[in-house]
Amino acid sequence: MEYNLIDIASVIRSKNSGPYELTFDIIFKEVEMYNRVKEAKAIDGKLFASLYEIEESDIISLVYFDPAKAVKITIVRPIPSGALGETDVYGAQQHAPLMKMRLTL
Amino acid sequence: MEEMRILSPTAILGYGFPMDSFKEGMKRKPHVIAVDAGSTDPGPYYLGAGKSFTDKNSVKRDLAIMIPAALEAGIPVIIGTAGGSGGRPHVDLTLEIVKEIAKEQSLTFKLAVIQSEFEKDFVKENLRNGYITPLFPAKEITEADIDESVRIVAQMGEEPFIKALEGGANVILAGRSYDPSVFSALAIKEGFDKGLAIHLGKILECAAIAASPGSGSDCMFGYLRKDGFVLEPLSPLRKCTTLSVAAHTLYEKTNPYILPGPGGAINLHESSFNQISDNMVEVKGSRFVPTEEYFVKLEGVRRVGYRTISCAAAKDPVMISQIDKIVESVKERVKNNFEHYGITDFFLDFKIYGKNGVMAMFPNLETQVAHELMIIIEAVAPTQDQADTICGFARSTMLHYGYEGRISTAGNLAFPFSPSDCKVGEVFEFNVYHLMKVDNPADLFPINYIQFTKGC
Repeated sequence: MEYNLIDIASVIRSKNSGPYELTFDIIFKEVEMYNRVKEAKAIDGKLFASLYEIEESDIISLVYFDPAKAVKITIVRPIPSGALGETDVYGAQQHAPLMKMRLTL
Repeated sequence: MEEMRILSPTAILGYGFPMDSFKEGMKRKPHVIAVDAGSTDPGPYYLGAGKSFTDKNSVKRDLAIMIPAALEAGIPVIIGTAGGSGGRPHVDLTLEIVKEIAKEQSLTFKLAVIQSEFEKDFVKENLRNGYITPLFPAKEITEADIDESVRIVAQMGEEPFIKALEGGANVILAGRSYDPSVFSALAIKEGFDKGLAIHLGKILECAAIAASPGSGSDCMFGYLRKDGFVLEPLSPLRKCTTLSVAAHTLYEKTNPYILPGPGGAINLHESSFNQISDNMVEVKGSRFVPTEEYFVKLEGVRRVGYRTISCAAAKDPVMISQIDKIVESVKERVKNNFEHYGITDFFLDFKIYGKNGVMAMFPNLETQVAHELMIIIEAVAPTQDQADTICGFARSTMLHYGYEGRISTAGNLAFPFSPSDCKVGEVFEFNVYHLMKVDNPADLFPINYIQFTKGC
């Protein structure tokens, strides 16, 4: 069955983790759904890299964090925070593509 | 000591807190009031310019409540990353505020000032000795990079704070600090478990952000015991839930299970989060794992130039359909116009809101285009004059540019402001984000003591 991530997550957010990394948090509404996503590895590096059109090698970590029923993805920031060409110094508005993500479980 | 109680009034010094919450905190007889005053989030400018991203009056308001309350209770106040970035000018800015408060309220106390800004020669010597390694994904640095840097600070751990507490300080004002250090220092000095103390500090440094509903301008209280710690928000509007606390553990971190800092990392693989009352959460099992050698994190920035911007909008559908071509043509015209005049070293950028503006760092992700565009023309050049020239010329060229199919021949841009161009001033970028091996972390950060007697 296909799900819209936005329907099964209560938090979808992005933020700098230091000036050289961007990190994305997806917190699920229900433990059951989180467990299904985790068991199926429905969110993985390949899916994330294709969503953001980045190299999979730019993903520093992708962790399922049970205590928060959350998936956390940290990537190399395309440019360091505040470098020439910056459009989001805090990195807090880079999550929008995740809101369109669909998962097959 | 069986329990150490820690009051965190606000997420960033100057973000404020309700007086009622603070009073609730003081009623619980804390052993220390601690606050984090900075962040790298606002970008490289503040460290470079020696300015604070927080407002002086807002910082003074918070400290004018915290310092006398702590002195009356006979407990220390610990401030980390003073002035937002923790460089020498940032510490000095906050020191002036503390002096004003001491005088205005005739306070008597011993102040410790801990500096974290390093001389470049010292950093270069460490580089030559092979003590400096890049923190991925930053690149290797050379001595030239260090020379180019306008300011380099290091994040201190709890050691200098412990030293200042042992020195009898009632108030500690410190430069760049690892965020949890100000909260964990007294607890580690008193023999509490380091993993629990630092994990508690990680949560307290954002105050009520870890509660639900979260707030960066409300207090949080921590109870540290031998086998765990408890978090309690101090406003009846908020609750700590296992989810709000666990979710906060994710916030701004690379990996929630391993949180590295000076001298080691906290490991959360065995951590448990339990709801022990309607609004309190207990955390157990977090461990500190020291690294073989002690490293501190360095942060430095270099000056890139000066910036001028112009904000303008476009509504014409023909213009919008041609926008990429127009931008390229204007860039080419600007370059060509000043080629032989001697202004060739500049950065000219067009941020196009309504057409993948916010996420331009991921090119080509967004294909939708809005019915109107906000265009920010940005010029960065070695001098403010040159930045003004490039931005102004790009603006006038774009305003009257005759693109293909143009019908609206009077002007291409809608300006919301007169003057249309705005000098932004100095521009900096991060150029040092490295680890430095140190032998004695307590001695690396010099401490000065100032005694105030009835405000003087």
